Amino acid sequence: MSRLYTVDAQAVAAERAFRAIAILALVLPLCLLALLFGGTLIDGFSRLSFDFLSGFPSRRPEEAGILPALAGTMALMLLTAAMAIPVGVGAAIYLEEYAPPGKITTLIEVNIRNLAGVPSIIYGLLGLEVFVRSLQMDRSLIAGACTLALLLLPMVVMASREALRTVPRMYREAAWALGAEKWTGIRRVVLPMCLPGILTGVILSLARAIGETAPLITLGALTYVSFLPTSLKSAFTALPIQIFNWTSRPQAGFHVAAAAGIVVLLTMMLLLNATAIVLRMRLQKKVTW
Amino acid sequence: MVEPRMKVQGLKAWFGSSIALRDIDLDIADKQVTAIIGPSGCGKSTFVRCLNRMHEVTPNARAEGKVLLDGKDIYDPAVNPVALRRYVGMVFQKPNPFPTMSIRENVLAGLTLLGTRAKDESGLVERSLRQAALWEEVRGGLDRPGVSLSGGQQQRLCIARALAMEPEVLLMDEPCSALDPIATAKVEELILELRRRYTIVIVTHNMQQAQRVADTTAFFYMGSLVEHAATTKIFGNPTERRTADYVSGRFG
Ligand SMILES: Nc1ncnc2c1ncn2[C@@H]1O[C@H](COP(=O)(O)OP(=O)(O)OP(=O)(O)O)[C@@H](O)[C@H]1O
Ligand SMILES: [Mg+2]
Repeated sequence: MSRLYTVDAQAVAAERAFRAIAILALVLPLCLLALLFGGTLIDGFSRLSFDFLSGFPSRRPEEAGILPALAGTMALMLLTAAMAIPVGVGAAIYLEEYAPPGKITTLIEVNIRNLAGVPSIIYGLLGLEVFVRSLQMDRSLIAGACTLALLLLPMVVMASREALRTVPRMYREAAWALGAEKWTGIRRVVLPMCLPGILTGVILSLARAIGETAPLITLGALTYVSFLPTSLKSAFTALPIQIFNWTSRPQAGFHVAAAAGIVVLLTMMLLLNATAIVLRMRLQKKVTW
Repeated sequence: MVEPRMKVQGLKAWFGSSIALRDIDLDIADKQVTAIIGPSGCGKSTFVRCLNRMHEVTPNARAEGKVLLDGKDIYDPAVNPVALRRYVGMVFQKPNPFPTMSIRENVLAGLTLLGTRAKDESGLVERSLRQAALWEEVRGGLDRPGVSLSGGQQQRLCIARALAMEPEVLLMDEPCSALDPIATAKVEELILELRRRYTIVIVTHNMQQAQRVADTTAFFYMGSLVEHAATTKIFGNPTERRTADYVSGRFG
């Protein structure tokens, strides 16, 4: 019985070391993020005001506002979501529930995974060629939204498939055994069960997409826009573009404006992420299995 | 002998290229309980899933042969398997009430999934829950989630859900294997009650259960039907040596 009381000092030390590393790995990025956000906030604080949010860009840095960029980002977000979500969720449902397992399906799967990893500037080049030039959309809001939707699509497909896969097969079989058509079972049983997962995945991908700068610059989104987008064909700018533009100006006043713009963009993203979390918690309270 | 409700003739079933059922011939008597017994992997689940054409929803699975329900072959190409499943209900091994639905919605799920509504929904809910011997326990909280019930209650809810469709035949694949003895006794009592109105096929690993609930018992072994006879005969004086060995616990 004396073995019960012996302590393997080495194992304990290893255990402690691993814990320390794990905690460090968690805390370090969080600290960096806080530092970044805090620093930006301090830099841009003097410009953060209602006037900044509702103002138009100006040659004088202390008067430059962010409204067209904010409106552009909002419009892009809505249009992108309206295009990417139905198609992406639909594709996920097809792949997960209907596609016969086989070489072609595997090929499609692998490609979607690869597409999610393609650098966003490539999507910008594609958008430039296809939407701006071939389809003659010009450098318009709709061209930007189409490009971002393409970028978002693989992420939406993957997140939705992940969510669909969390629903055990027995619930599908239960629906079919009651005499449900395949699609009815999916719509009435499977989708309600994985809705929180799909929503979370979609919102998180969307939050990433609205921060994208490279594809919009490649498309040729304007950097100086003193009007609000009025139609799908309007020229537009977006928050990341505006920020990029301000940071590349020599005057210090624009750098302050850029910092304030970054705070606005980060706040939007944090809000989106918070929405995802709240939605998931609310829906999951109703849905436990 | 009661006229059979279902007649299985030369039924074969495969998963991909491996055969799971070889040439099964079996009559299922009307308003009686037919028990299916046999060692694990002998094809019991596959067999009952062929009776409502659920076997073929598994990728690469297929079946061949005839299964007559009231004289009509359910494997006839003109038969719509989706419609058939409303007449041949099924209860699974693991209780699986729909997690997003309340108790009431679970009972009505079959109709909802068909896109129809009952004329008297509350009446149907009460009748089905009463038939499943669950009414008294849940009458006060029909809007609670179905998954908030205990395992045994969930299984009876699944039975109520199947009964609400007013099936002709009820298939049960080890309906008690996830339940404790008390819940099991309740479900067994229920089966004896349901037997007056429904034709029941039940898969079980529990020899006592087969003897308590079944009128006839079929013994399967490695994808073949070895023997089908009155339950008393199967357990008292079986014709086949393998049946005797299995029911006395010498293998399996
Ligand atoms: N989805 C599947 N894919 C491939 N083979 C399967 C599948 N399901 C069952 N099988 C095989 O078919 C045979 C019959 O399986 P079945 O599930 O009908 O057995 P069972 O008698 O119900 O067993 P148990 O008592 O363990 O439930 C087994 O050999 C099994 O390995
Ligand atoms: Mg089985």
